[in-house]
Amino acid sequence: MTEHTEQQGHPSTATYLIIAAILTIITLVEVGVFYVPALQGVMAPILLSLSSAKFILVVMFFMHLKQDHTLFAAIFTIPLLLALSVATALMLLFGVLLN
Amino acid sequence: MSDTALAHYTSTGLDSRKIAFWTFLGSECLLFGTLITTYLVYHGKSVAGPTTEILNIPLTSVSTFVLLMSSLAMVLALAAVTRGDALFARVWLATTALLGSMFLGFQAYEFTHFVHEGLTLQTSLFGSTFFVLTGFHGGHVFIGVVWLLTLLVRSFQGKLGPDKTLQVELSGLYWHFVDVVWIVIFTVVYLLR
Amino acid sequence: MTSAATTIQASSVGVTVWSWITTTDHKRIGIMYGVTAFVFFLFGGLEALLIRAQLMKPANDLIDAETFNQLFTMHGTTMVFLAIMPLSAAFFNYIVPLQIGARDVAFPRLNAFSFWLFLAGGLFMNASFLVGAAPNGGWFGYANLTSTQFSPGLNIDFWLIGLQMLGVASIAAGINFLVTIVNLRAPGMRMMRMPVFTWMTLITQFLVVTAFPVITVALVFLMFDRTFGTTFYSVAAGGDVLLWQHLFWLFGHPEVYILILPAMGMVSEVIPTFSRKPLFGYAIIVYSGLLIAVLGWGVWAHHMFAVGMGPVADAVFSSTTMLIAIPTGVKIFNWMATMWGGKISFKTPMLFALGFVAMFVIGGLSGVMHSSAPTDLQQTDTYFVVAHIHYVLYGGAIQGIFSGIYYWWPKMTGWMLNERWGKAHFWLSLIGMNLAFFPMHFIGLLGMPRRIYTYDPVLGVGAMNLVSTIGAFIIGLSVIAFVINVFYSRRQRVEAGMDPWGAATLEWSIPSPPPRYNFAAIPEVVSRLPRWSDTEMKAIPAEPEGEIHMPGGSYWPAVTAVGILILAVGALVTKLPIVLGGVAVVVVGIYAWAFEPFEM
Repeated sequence: MTEHTEQQGHPSTATYLIIAAILTIITLVEVGVFYVPALQGVMAPILLSLSSAKFILVVMFFMHLKQDHTLFAAIFTIPLLLALSVATALMLLFGVLLN
Repeated sequence: MSDTALAHYTSTGLDSRKIAFWTFLGSECLLFGTLITTYLVYHGKSVAGPTTEILNIPLTSVSTFVLLMSSLAMVLALAAVTRGDALFARVWLATTALLGSMFLGFQAYEFTHFVHEGLTLQTSLFGSTFFVLTGFHGGHVFIGVVWLLTLLVRSFQGKLGPDKTLQVELSGLYWHFVDVVWIVIFTVVYLLR
Repeated sequence: MTSAATTIQASSVGVTVWSWITTTDHKRIGIMYGVTAFVFFLFGGLEALLIRAQLMKPANDLIDAETFNQLFTMHGTTMVFLAIMPLSAAFFNYIVPLQIGARDVAFPRLNAFSFWLFLAGGLFMNASFLVGAAPNGGWFGYANLTSTQFSPGLNIDFWLIGLQMLGVASIAAGINFLVTIVNLRAPGMRMMRMPVFTWMTLITQFLVVTAFPVITVALVFLMFDRTFGTTFYSVAAGGDVLLWQHLFWLFGHPEVYILILPAMGMVSEVIPTFSRKPLFGYAIIVYSGLLIAVLGWGVWAHHMFAVGMGPVADAVFSSTTMLIAIPTGVKIFNWMATMWGGKISFKTPMLFALGFVAMFVIGGLSGVMHSSAPTDLQQTDTYFVVAHIHYVLYGGAIQGIFSGIYYWWPKMTGWMLNERWGKAHFWLSLIGMNLAFFPMHFIGLLGMPRRIYTYDPVLGVGAMNLVSTIGAFIIGLSVIAFVINVFYSRRQRVEAGMDPWGAATLEWSIPSPPPRYNFAAIPEVVSRLPRWSDTEMKAIPAEPEGEIHMPGGSYWPAVTAVGILILAVGALVTKLPIVLGGVAVVVVGIYAWAFEPFEM
């Protein structure tokens, strides 16, 4: 209806398959890390980093935010950051973080 | 500018429906953010009933993998619709819906098993927060499956050509978002227990 | 049934009830919002008068405690959700497309849906009076008063289900207006050329779509606790009742900015017009609005200074609350600077705008007094807070909205409201509100708590309460003056013409009322003040050159809203068949809506 620029720069099927493979590998690593007793102490940062990586990959490539107009990224990222800030504040207030 | 051109003029050059849908997804970040935060705030504070030891990591890892693969099927479906490939559009839409249904199946099994083990909505903070959080997510998946099946039917009716790419793209955005929320839930609820 | 798209050249599309039920025209939807909201405003006002009648003297026995609880709960809930928000929405609907040079909003049917769902939600919640079970837990419904243990009846269920309906309507409208403003501006209408009212609308919608999901979840938790026995707010299960308060106020504080920003936007249109001077510091006002939206997310727990969050939390929220006074104060100075050196015309819209500025300053000052946590410990839950909220919400939002009503009335109807009755309305309203609410500062500091149905003579606040009651009834008289004005002026029918006030923005460049398609030709905007600018904007022709294609009507939005109402009733009485029936209607409505041929 409006324009055609956003349809340019689509990742190829090969790219999608590679992303899917990376997501699978990260998931395996996450589950693996879960079973390693020695890593109990640093579990949270490791797992949060890994899942963040998956989150970003899906959003940037499968949801096309990387190729699309930055307006979409702004519309999604601002509420996302807001949600993260609110979550952090609430966890601090309820003594879940840094208690 | 002619009025016909003006009729479809947009300030950004982008489709209003796509902007609307991303706005909706932004709003959903707050919705799921609140649900997940509540789970975290109440984590470890239950005074009765089974808690996180009841979670089945291997099984949920498989269902997580299934949902991730469904996102792959979804992008392939969108690519097929975009290039006018009706056959593969149907194949991949059906696959996405099927994998999504499998995920729901895993969840249904998990829920019934938990109830059997003595964990219900009423049992404890863990029961309440776990079931409501994952239930809301499952509800979203269910709506997504219905949406996908609707698109599948439209495809069979010959009404899902490349001109309908945006519709499939929006359903894809929804589907991937639901997947992304699960990525967070899987980590926060299951792995970081 | 298909809704055929029609080409329209005349201004109205039928006068039948059916044409209103199926309308997707933003102007008609705006009128429906306005009329409906005004009726609810009258309900809320009646509730207030009953409250004040009971409180006019100590140990009064006019109204019993339970009824009193229902009255103040419904007064607050009605005024916030069924009066102020939809009154603002009336103007988002009617005026914003006109200000940005658009033919309608981005999603006309979604727009209609939001209205019908709002109406359904308002009727649902007020139907509770018919069964003697009106909500009675306060407009903020604190847990665990709202649990089935302490609130066994249907009152709270009416409240939470009604609010969910209103929330969905608001979020849908929020998305709609956001996309409209971002995407449907006329060529040349850059963001920093938009009228301030449109900017404030945009910022408000951002707050709506981010804040409402939080209360949605909070209400879901409450509903599940009450209906399915979950433990979200259950102390016995280890839950924390403060969870409700945090989630509610995380929504609730952005909500008060949702209530005030539109009025600030209206006043930002009126003051320049009636000072014959452009708004001073347009960019600063826009940035202040944005800053208020951002900071507004960081102050919520100032409603909770008395719950024992600890000194760190109290200090943080005190600081952020003090900070947010800054962008608000900046706006006040900008409005004053706009008037400075201007040629001021004291017509009714301007009187209300000036009233807004003055009363909002007073409300802001008592607000700053609240920002200090130690001071707030004395003030919280007393009538001091009631004074504050009514100065900002009546003195601020309502006066601002009346300013907008008087300002845009000629554009929407084609005739002028009478100036003498307008002035009577204004002065009665100003005197009434100050008599009603100023004493409350003292009443509160002297120790009278909020939400009590009677008080002891020994408190010594009887005389001031009486003054307050008299003030409330004077406000009632002012509203009557407004209603008289409407009927009187309609009979007089003084033609308004296109631009009775000599204003600067696009909506004054088209006929009053505008034709269905708004603009005969979409303008090419070259400045921020198109009608006051030296740079020539091509005149908008009186008649369109060719045929203008406008979408027709649709009844599926209304059907979908009715489906949600059925669902709501089923949830209220916890009867699954009714819930499923509602879901079925909603599903049919959505599918029919999605597949009907509706061309935008």
